[in-house]
Amino acid sequence: MADSSKEVLINPLFKNNPIALQILGICSALAVTSNMNTTVVMCVALTFVCAFSNLGVSLIRNHIPSSIRIIVQMTIIASLVILVDQVLRAYAYGLSKDLSVFVGLIITNCIVMGRAEAFAMKNGPGLSFLDGVGNGLGYSIILLVVGFFRELLGAGALFGYQLLVPYTEGGWYVPNGLMLLPPSAFFLIGFFIWILRSVKTEQVEEEEFKSIHHEEAANYDLQTAA
Amino acid sequence: MSDSNNTISKTIIVATALSIFCSVIVSGAATYLKPIQEKNKTLDRQKNVLAAAGLLEDGVDVAAAFANIEQKIVDLETGEFTTAVDLNTYDQRKAEKDPSLSRALERSEDAASIKRLEKYALIYIVRSGGGQIEKVILPIRGYGLWSTLRGYLAVENDGNTVAGLTYYEHLETPGLGGEVDNPKWKNLWPGKKLFDGEGNPAIDVLKGKVDQNTPSPEHKIDGLAGATLTANGVENMFTFWLGSNGFGPFLKRLKQGQVS
Repeated sequence: MADSSKEVLINPLFKNNPIALQILGICSALAVTSNMNTTVVMCVALTFVCAFSNLGVSLIRNHIPSSIRIIVQMTIIASLVILVDQVLRAYAYGLSKDLSVFVGLIITNCIVMGRAEAFAMKNGPGLSFLDGVGNGLGYSIILLVVGFFRELLGAGALFGYQLLVPYTEGGWYVPNGLMLLPPSAFFLIGFFIWILRSVKTEQVEEEEFKSIHHEEAANYDLQTAA
Repeated sequence: MSDSNNTISKTIIVATALSIFCSVIVSGAATYLKPIQEKNKTLDRQKNVLAAAGLLEDGVDVAAAFANIEQKIVDLETGEFTTAVDLNTYDQRKAEKDPSLSRALERSEDAASIKRLEKYALIYIVRSGGGQIEKVILPIRGYGLWSTLRGYLAVENDGNTVAGLTYYEHLETPGLGGEVDNPKWKNLWPGKKLFDGEGNPAIDVLKGKVDQNTPSPEHKIDGLAGATLTANGVENMFTFWLGSNGFGPFLKRLKQGQVS
């Protein structure tokens, strides 16, 4: 791989975004984005874990027996995740309560595992670290966009500060309760992918099934009728 | 990756070394951070107790404010204070599941759908300057729509008037059942009367708003729009915890001035 370090860092943001193009790590993108505070913490946590697991795996990549390589990667990732979880519990108790199991579930986040296996096993520590940071940031961009709209439209607030006063408290804004529920993240991620692929048309996937052209279809009908 | 990595001995060495290295990091972090985590947990609980008692204002020092609050263990059956379990180590949440400290509830008596009831409850007492009981703060819980709601109910020293209600844990629908956290709704509670003339639990969470002409509005609370099942859960919780299995006996003694 001859990627320059800049490309390794920047590409995952839009060109090869882990959520939008690779469609990985959707689970936590749905679960923790109902307000910006938890979203930001989750982004930082995942970027940290992704970067350092890549670094760790890359450092010992020449000594990992291939028969246990997945377990080795998991062990490194799991240790980092526990570390993050413990630190959060100690220094941001309220947030860690809100995030509940989702910090722990970073262990199973496909992005982290995917980068360790696909990139860190084949590249040097420096590049791998940057790749981890880049993918963490790519994940973060989507989460922040989703979190921004969900909190703003769902609660009329950002980072807990009330911007649009809801009618229950005498304002005019009618909060959209759907935005606070996980399914709304699907819509938002869908929109994000739509916009991204309209701009970067090379990301549009080829259709798996070709629809029959009208005339062909008419012929086909005639043939089967006959 | 060279072939020399794939020998059995190398596999075992790598696995062992990695396990030891990672476990040292993980256990080191856990041990080092434990005191801070414990402190946070206690602080969080204290905050909720203060909130229920209406003592939590912006900028208040939680630990200092909590120092004026007394903790006691109540035997739910007799309603008397007890020293059967150690106040400082009693974990009510663990006791709920511990067969030696709790019992299974019959379905007919389990209004709040909590399945098991502990023998002892940890309550909090706010005293006035002269040492008189001002408020008692009782832990309550019960099933709503999706989850068990856990909260604190503060009661005035007459054993009948609500001083405050707050939930510190629930997974109800945000914007609907989750509105149990709405300060506006919580402000409806203080002043409501828990028991009717015969001493039966009388709290009634309505559908819609309380009509001022309705008989005995002092027992009635506005419902939560779009969250009938959560509201029913709240009502059931009161029925249960104020009843004879819950804090009924204790509140009766409080009302008669037998608690000091």
